[in-house]
Amino acid sequence: MRAAVRVAIAGAVLLAIYALRLGVEAAFTEYVQRIILLAGINVILAVGLNLINGTTGQFSIGHAGFMAVGAYGAAFVGVKLAGPVHGALGSGAFSDAIVFNLALLAGALFAGVSGLIVGMPSLRLRGDYLAVVTLGFGEIIRILFNNAAFLGSATGYFGDDPSGLPAYTNFFWVFAWVSAVVVGIHNLTFSQTGRSLTAIREDEIAAEAMATPSTRLKVTAFAISAATAGIAGGLFAHMQAGVRPEDFRFEKSIDMIVMIIVGGLGSISGAILGGIFVAVSLELMRDLQQYRLVLYALLLIVIMIVRPQGLLGTRELHHLLRRKKTAQPATPTESA
Amino acid sequence: MSLLALRAVDKIFGGLHAVRGVSFQVEKGAIFGLIGPNGAGKTTLFNVITGVYTPEHGEIAFQGKNIAGLKPALIAELGVARTFQNIRIFRTMTVAENVMVAGHHLHKASIGSAILRTRAYERDEQALTKRAHELLEILGLAELAGEVAGSLPYGSQRRLEIARGLMLSPQLLLLDEPAAGMNSQEARTLNDQIRFLRDQLGLTVILVEHNMNVVMNVCETIHVVDHGETIAEGAPAEIKVHPRVLAAYLGEETPDAEASA
Amino acid sequence: MTQFLQQLINGLSLGSIYALIALGYTMVYGILKLINFAHGEVFMVGAYTGFYAAGALGVVGFEAHNQAFPLYLALLVLIIAMAAAALLGVTIEFLAYRPVRSAPRLTPLITAIGVSLFLQNAGMLLFSPNPQRYPAILSEVRFEWFGVIVTNIKLTIFAVALCLMLGLHLFVQRTWTGRAMRALSFNIDAARLMGIDTNRVIRSTFAIGSALAAAGGILFGLDQITINPLMGVLTGLKAFVAAVLGGIGSIPGAVVGGLLIGLAEQLTAGYLSPEYRDAITFLILILILLLKPEGLLGVVRVEKV
Repeated sequence: MRAAVRVAIAGAVLLAIYALRLGVEAAFTEYVQRIILLAGINVILAVGLNLINGTTGQFSIGHAGFMAVGAYGAAFVGVKLAGPVHGALGSGAFSDAIVFNLALLAGALFAGVSGLIVGMPSLRLRGDYLAVVTLGFGEIIRILFNNAAFLGSATGYFGDDPSGLPAYTNFFWVFAWVSAVVVGIHNLTFSQTGRSLTAIREDEIAAEAMATPSTRLKVTAFAISAATAGIAGGLFAHMQAGVRPEDFRFEKSIDMIVMIIVGGLGSISGAILGGIFVAVSLELMRDLQQYRLVLYALLLIVIMIVRPQGLLGTRELHHLLRRKKTAQPATPTESA
Repeated sequence: MSLLALRAVDKIFGGLHAVRGVSFQVEKGAIFGLIGPNGAGKTTLFNVITGVYTPEHGEIAFQGKNIAGLKPALIAELGVARTFQNIRIFRTMTVAENVMVAGHHLHKASIGSAILRTRAYERDEQALTKRAHELLEILGLAELAGEVAGSLPYGSQRRLEIARGLMLSPQLLLLDEPAAGMNSQEARTLNDQIRFLRDQLGLTVILVEHNMNVVMNVCETIHVVDHGETIAEGAPAEIKVHPRVLAAYLGEETPDAEASA
Repeated sequence: MTQFLQQLINGLSLGSIYALIALGYTMVYGILKLINFAHGEVFMVGAYTGFYAAGALGVVGFEAHNQAFPLYLALLVLIIAMAAAALLGVTIEFLAYRPVRSAPRLTPLITAIGVSLFLQNAGMLLFSPNPQRYPAILSEVRFEWFGVIVTNIKLTIFAVALCLMLGLHLFVQRTWTGRAMRALSFNIDAARLMGIDTNRVIRSTFAIGSALAAAGGILFGLDQITINPLMGVLTGLKAFVAAVLGGIGSIPGAVVGGLLIGLAEQLTAGYLSPEYRDAITFLILILILLLKPEGLLGVVRVEKV
């Protein structure tokens, strides 16, 4: 009975998103629509990164690499699947939907696996060292894509069609996936697993003394966050004509960090707000591109000095509304 | 077979020989004291037993199995719980959540079922919450269940650490200076609590402690170490007057003659 | 064989520059346990200061007349750049790191990343994002020994690096501040309790490290001919890897690490492919952190539980 109720709710949500899509496409210009899509993609990135950096306290600064893996993976699989699926199901929105979502899942899978590969050796390290290693891995991934001939090297991957990758990404898919990712990560964070991850952040030694398999959980959280970055990458790829290594430089990782720091490291609602903030500020500063990073940098510095917990700290918006008592760290949380 | 048996355990940190050839046995149901001057190696022994450090030599048999060098999470699962000298609770989590973290064996549901919130997951959550509240009751922390752990007074934080350890359903409980910062009234209550843990919950307790009012009154066997080596073992009455023990403590508190039940 | 010797010379000179930068990382980390992400940008600012100072002193005129830039002016350029960098380093410490010194490790880490980003992008705004040709503060003279081409620039790099490292060694071993620096790197709280003015010592550490990086910047400019505002990113990262390789916190370690990274990079570029010269450093980083995180000359630190 319960399962049926849930499916009904999911269906209703999808219908609502679809209606919203029609409204958005009618009401806003293409320019504004693009910002909204980017905001949605950012939210997925931020919520995913927050799981490992915020909730688990393992600071990774190379996640752009996983976004790249997801982007390339989804693009490639999408191009290869298009033929067979269209052959079997004909062309049209339905088979496009199948191809797109399968491609996204493939991208997420590739990204998750690369998260495992990077995470397993790296998560033995703490703090600064972990950050630098993830930075290194992020760069290595980008260098590899930059040199991968079958994926277009530095020019990028545009698929087999001369007009580039199919533009599957639209409001509906972005926000359907945003909902899925936010609900999924939320459920994970407020579960025994989430408790264990928070315990690892608070005090890894004590957590282990309480039978928490910390390495396994850290690596799992890392892989999940890599996979969500992969989904974001896949959505991003199909908004462009092609996937280029240039889109996934260190600056992208920095954007992701700004998202979660501004919103509050450890807060899902904070990550959502931060993701929106970065997308909006990116567009607002389009003419002032060269100042954007300077301002982000100053923002990071000032936040760390003045209000390190960002907007929400580790609290969620619904906690604030219900006035639930949660501890406020004076600084962004991390393991001892 | 003793519940815990250490044989010739050595722990060396670079130039520092922190534990030298220590051996002792703790029988099931005992309340066992581990004392010695500061820096004697007592907490290091706890850390070696619980897997935080791997001993260079020696064997640590828990229920007959050698656990030396195993990972802390595994040793905890096997039934060894501990508290920490410097209290390591999870400060930003609530009291109840602190206890629930240790409930892995009660929570068989996978990550997937957590994400999907299946019925099996909800059942496990309820069982976990229920057990956590039972333990909080026992330790007198039930009203504080929703409070943030970091905001608790010192004594309550110590009790929370014990409740959290009990969540593991351990056979062996290692308490590292549970009486630190307590006055004599609180220390007497602690003695009752330790006896309760053994009598009602069937735990075996090993106690590292400096407060002789606690050690002499609640421990049945006391093992004394100094500079990493065993210098004496016996009943409180013997240890109180043991010449080597008195010599080791010279300059610090000597075991007080007025400490009696 | 000559190919190998050539790569060796090139690698060691590059490595000397890395070593100069790595010293700054290692000294700051040794005391504050902070990775000064902005150090690479200090190196960059040093190089640019040299660029503008040389320009102001008329190097272009000398070049146009095919005359060598006078040695005393070259030294002046070096001193100006080192002083400017020292000032920058101290300012960064005061404005950005000191306010968060007592915060948990994550906060200074993010702050450092912020400072690094800020300087990179400020550099692009101030210095123009396009690469600049480095002036001939030293005019190139080539020698050929046993088929190996050695320039006076390479020799200068060795000489300057050697002098500076010797100077640092004497400073750390013989002077009061140097000894204080070592004390702080063992136990900063104890040092403070012993009455050492930790703020002053930290300032000196940043100043010295930055000055060395600036020297590295000028040498880099002479050697590589072009500079750009983002030059500190990659080079800084490589120097950091060098510090980790040698053992972070260890001054001899930084030197050894720097030389090794320089060699590894040059040999990879020469024998494997220039495409992978950067990747080899990342690979070394990953390997060293996984296999021997305390580095070649570092000491294992055990956490007290």
